[in-house]
Amino acid sequence: MNRRSAGAASWIAFRALVGRDLAVLRQTIKQFLPRVILQPLLLMFVFTYVFPKIGQGIGGANHQFSTLLMAGVVATAMFFQGVQGVALPLVQEFGFTREIEDRIMAPAPLWVVAAAKVASGALQTMFAGLLVFPIGLFVPADTIHLHINWLILLTLAPLVAICAASFGMFFGTRFEARQLPVLFGIIVVPITFLGCTYYPWRALRPIRWLQVAVLINPLMYFAEGFRAALTRSPHISLLVIYPALVAFTTVLAWTGFRQFRNRVMS
Amino acid sequence: MTEPTALTEPAPLAIRTSKLTKHYGDLVAVDHLDLDVRRGEIFGLLGPNGAGKSTTAGLLTYRVIPTSGTAEVEGIDAFKSPALLKQLIGVVPQSNTLDRSLSVYDNLYHHGRFFGLSAKQARAATDEQLARFRLTERAKAPVFALSGGLAQRLMVARAVLHSPAVLFLDEPTSGLDPQSRLALWDVLRELHAAGQTILLTTHYMEEADALCDRVAIMDHGRLLALDTPAALKATYGTGTLITVSATGDLAALAIELGYLDGVDEATTVAEGVRVKLSRRDGMVAAIVSTAERMGVDVRDVAIAQSTLETVFIHLTGRDLRE
Repeated sequence: MNRRSAGAASWIAFRALVGRDLAVLRQTIKQFLPRVILQPLLLMFVFTYVFPKIGQGIGGANHQFSTLLMAGVVATAMFFQGVQGVALPLVQEFGFTREIEDRIMAPAPLWVVAAAKVASGALQTMFAGLLVFPIGLFVPADTIHLHINWLILLTLAPLVAICAASFGMFFGTRFEARQLPVLFGIIVVPITFLGCTYYPWRALRPIRWLQVAVLINPLMYFAEGFRAALTRSPHISLLVIYPALVAFTTVLAWTGFRQFRNRVMS
Repeated sequence: MTEPTALTEPAPLAIRTSKLTKHYGDLVAVDHLDLDVRRGEIFGLLGPNGAGKSTTAGLLTYRVIPTSGTAEVEGIDAFKSPALLKQLIGVVPQSNTLDRSLSVYDNLYHHGRFFGLSAKQARAATDEQLARFRLTERAKAPVFALSGGLAQRLMVARAVLHSPAVLFLDEPTSGLDPQSRLALWDVLRELHAAGQTILLTTHYMEEADALCDRVAIMDHGRLLALDTPAALKATYGTGTLITVSATGDLAALAIELGYLDGVDEATTVAEGVRVKLSRRDGMVAAIVSTAERMGVDVRDVAIAQSTLETVFIHLTGRDLRE
């Protein structure tokens, strides 16, 4: 077989590793779809269909809440898929079978192998976010009024996807299988509940301490970003959102890659 | 196995290590190891658990970070560029690392893609390997449905699919049933016949003896001896080695046995007395009657011909299984 330069071999391996993950996704799409769709579907159903129907409106004018919630649900769905789609397979591959030892034999530096995992996770995350839109179209009792800013949406969505997948890389290389309940019970659940998905960050003003505390929650920036991309509701300045997302991504991915290396090399 | 004749030039080197060393804290796993592995040979690293064999294999396959020393595979620095190194090597690790999410076929196909085969080439290479390793009938099976022997064979098929210069196998037959072990030996012999350079680690001396052109005996991270199995046995072999498991005055028994005609050396070991013989006929009876005369309670007598095991015992004073 022809030997390739390090760069060429790495790039080929990167694409093939992503290809492998997407092939697995294709084969397991029947499990993937319900897992990804169910949570946003239930959220939208309860908050934008059941509540208005039984007269328990939240957030004043109903359609405005539905629209607001839509952005939050896209953000949550992507966060969940990023963490699950990367962390769960990684925990499994790092598990007692050490399946990861096969993946790291691909001719590339270890960080490229890890980056391929983030890339395929990000693609799945984008897909998961996209699936929320038809739900928003059909489920709410009243119409959702999206005002899409395409420039923001098309730059923000990939950034959010990579950030969420980097979260998965960070957790997947830090936790072991037996610690997964801790990851989801103690870390992921608070992040999702306190991620400003049901209300804009500015609305937290009366609870000042919470408003400050959620600044360290990456999901808050996802949700505020999608509010900027999809609605006319108030949101944090984009000059804060973009740098915050880049910073989260950099720190999580860098730490994740280091942990990845430390797990496979001794 | 084939012996290099005096007339042929030594083959070019596939692997060369120089003063290769790995520390884990205070533990010295590999200690100034100098190895030369020639192209086309099956090279065995033999030693007990903890001898540093797997660490050595890990160092040569970019899984272990060296403390000091150098290593080259086909002239490429083993520690510098994983992307270059990994194109040259195929690895069969100790545990089953098959991709559980994929079928037998897809395990091979995607492996080919990792190494830059086009979809068409990868399909062709997969079909070829499936046939070569007699796995065609199992192509669509999920890998967790494979027996240990078949899984191991698939791992070898995967490791050689991209035509690596060197194939590494870490304890390839440990945990396999005897039949699967012999089948894997046949597979490795076929690969060897086709010119594949192979480095394997093992703690089974009969495996090293049966398969390897040359064997490096390791203990405590150090290289104790390196040669063909025949030469090792000729140099360090002891004719016959008898281990008498007994309780009683073992020191006195060792001295007494040392006076017997035909005994080269008798030393006490943990379980009793170990006797090196220059001739064998009638010696077992003579040893047992000597022991009985001295009131030593003999529980077992183990006889070992000159094997790599006796070579190992000679070199370390210990059994491979200890």
